[in-house]
Amino acid sequence: MEFWLPLVFAAVMGLALLLYVVLDGYDLGVGLLLPFAADDEKGQMISSIGPFWDANETWIVLGVGVLLIAFPQAHGIILTSLYLPATLMLMGLVLRGIAFDFRVKAGDDQKAMWNGIFSFGSLLTALCQGWMLGSYITGLEPSLYNLLFSLLAAISLPVLYVMLGATWLMCRTALPLASKARRWARRGWLPLGFALLVISIATPLVSENISARWFALPQFFWLLPVPLLTVCCYGWVGLVLYGKVKCRSLLLFLTLAAICVLAALGLAYSVYPDIIIGRLTITEAAASTESLRFTLWGVLITLPLILGYTVFVYRIFSGKVPEHSSYE
Amino acid sequence: MNFADPFVLARLQFAANISFHILFPTISIGLCWVLLYFRTRYTLTGDKNWEYAYYFWVKMFALTFAIGVVSGITMSFQFGTNWPGFMAQAGNVAGPLLGYEVLTAFFLEASFLGVMLFGKHRVSNRMHLTAAALVAIGTTASAFWILSLNSWMQTPAGFEIRDGIFHAQDWWEVIFNPSFPYRLAHMLVACLLTVAFLLMGVSSWRFLDKVDSPATIMVFKTGLALAVVLAPLQVFIGDLHGLNTFEHQPAKVAAIEAVWETEKGAPFTLFALPDEETRTNRFAIEIPKLASVILTHDAEGQIRGLNEFEGRHPPVAPVFFAFRVMVGVGMLMIAMAWWLGWSIFIRKQHPNVIQLRICSWMTFSGWVAVLAGWYVTEIGRQPWLVYNVLSVESAVAEHGGGTVLSTLILWLLLYAFILFYYISTMRHLAKKRLLSILASIQQYPKLESDTLDTHSGDANARDPSNKETK
Repeated sequence: MEFWLPLVFAAVMGLALLLYVVLDGYDLGVGLLLPFAADDEKGQMISSIGPFWDANETWIVLGVGVLLIAFPQAHGIILTSLYLPATLMLMGLVLRGIAFDFRVKAGDDQKAMWNGIFSFGSLLTALCQGWMLGSYITGLEPSLYNLLFSLLAAISLPVLYVMLGATWLMCRTALPLASKARRWARRGWLPLGFALLVISIATPLVSENISARWFALPQFFWLLPVPLLTVCCYGWVGLVLYGKVKCRSLLLFLTLAAICVLAALGLAYSVYPDIIIGRLTITEAAASTESLRFTLWGVLITLPLILGYTVFVYRIFSGKVPEHSSYE
Repeated sequence: MNFADPFVLARLQFAANISFHILFPTISIGLCWVLLYFRTRYTLTGDKNWEYAYYFWVKMFALTFAIGVVSGITMSFQFGTNWPGFMAQAGNVAGPLLGYEVLTAFFLEASFLGVMLFGKHRVSNRMHLTAAALVAIGTTASAFWILSLNSWMQTPAGFEIRDGIFHAQDWWEVIFNPSFPYRLAHMLVACLLTVAFLLMGVSSWRFLDKVDSPATIMVFKTGLALAVVLAPLQVFIGDLHGLNTFEHQPAKVAAIEAVWETEKGAPFTLFALPDEETRTNRFAIEIPKLASVILTHDAEGQIRGLNEFEGRHPPVAPVFFAFRVMVGVGMLMIAMAWWLGWSIFIRKQHPNVIQLRICSWMTFSGWVAVLAGWYVTEIGRQPWLVYNVLSVESAVAEHGGGTVLSTLILWLLLYAFILFYYISTMRHLAKKRLLSILASIQQYPKLESDTLDTHSGDANARDPSNKETK
């Protein structure tokens, strides 16, 4: 077995899931914020994510797809253990996806119902993804502390999504909605910090494997930049939101994305070389070399293309969505 | 069947999900080519009616596509949540095929659908046309890969088993396994045929509700032309597919024909109640020798009976009846298409109320045939997951019956809810007049520095409906 092949696929899977969290994160966040908007702002919010959400959602299919292709053993174990949150998350995704289309196409009398379903689906999806992340970090072992940790993760992830959604709206909508979005983001700032802090403290407590990896010397110093940079990014977001520093909204959104990247790096460091912590390593779980090699060709050719046309589509629909959106 | 058995429940759950899912890709795979056709006709002729047809049907497409995407994500997870054994053992073969589907199809469709839906003022007509073509190619590529995987499960090839794990030996043989070309052709034509009757059905709703416009008859005729050609073609392809199945999966064909004993000159059973207890058919109405003629093209040809495969053949009655439903709907489609084709294309008449009523009833007839056809081929694959190699039972996940039952009920409720609103929203859209449809085109406004209207191919600048859509 060529040792680098499974590593490449683990990296592709990580990238896909990271892109998912950032990209679908902002549109799920918009869904979570929808109930707080006035009726005439809702169309504007939805049209800010209209051309993108379908493709955003596809990243999780790629993430799970790579898990399946490259690590079939792990795919089975992980998804069997996560049966309930995965099923509920899927129902959330289904509800959100259909509500998105029905709310503009069905009669006006149904619009309020579909708005509600859109937000409910977004919330269910976000909660379940947090729950799944929590169970994954605790090695998929159900115990009281692990369950509490999963619960913590379940309520933390929606906070991150709300922040991403709010800053996305700041970038993509005009006043007065943009300033409303700024207020939403400000309200999410402290909870986000609290979530980051508590998760960081709780993670080594619930997982001996992870605490061993974090606090071993000298590797500890290699890891140190991750929390430090996270604190810097987080502080910067706060300064901008409270008006101490001015910067473009896009930079704010990207700073939050950077926090996601740092969290992903931290997670990758904590898990590596395992794919299921304490149970199965990347190499043990890997599919056969010929399958990985065959798929690698596809990844090498199509992934740059996908990234290319994703950027292309974002450029086509750049700029602010107008106040009175023609989407309605 | 024991409904408390988690194995049965896992199968029911997967069957429910996949049955629900397939309805929507069936429409989107066919409809995107029709949309591309509408857009191309508009580009070539400049006739606004083609553009109106495009914008009406792109809404239907978006709705259908979204449900297809979200129910498809469900499938990708359920391989793991319900059938971990399948991926653990056959993942080396199945994984890459699914991977190529995601990489070559899913992103392409999802990304450029955004351009199709919202791009009216942001891209040139040429780019819009390209986006429609890319979405069409994407959906078809998706069908290509998933049908390749399904066909491989039916007629596995190009692999070896080492230590209980499948390993691919020859990817070409895996992808182009023996039943794949037939299944792909059969399914693609089924998609177009489903869409043909959908186009005719929804157009007839518009005629009957008197909200039709000149575009309505153009759409109706497009659907009719497709049906006239494809309905008989499907019988031909289906026959080839059947011969292929006869060669590779004789037990499935024996169940389709309810032939118990191996015999020469076997009759075709029009109707019967196959009884697995006594291993006979009750109340059989048969046409002598016809089954042998169809399957071997020889009146005295031999058909291997179910008793040769005792314990290893699928449940007979569901396969037997599903096949007859599929063929029955297919025959009805031919009859309807030719009758309408004769009066509309040859005698140049407008469809009358009776014809419109029948078209309206047949709006979703494609779904019935497609589902019946999939039940034939998938129930006909039992008890195998990978034919003759891996049994379904050995791949199931160990969940408690209660968990699976409760999620199954939730899924079924959700699906009933979605189907109800899908069809009623279609009805709602179909009752709208052209102007209110044009007024609700989803679009992003022009960029301030926009120079697209100066492109020669773009007709938006002279579009009289532009005023209303703003």
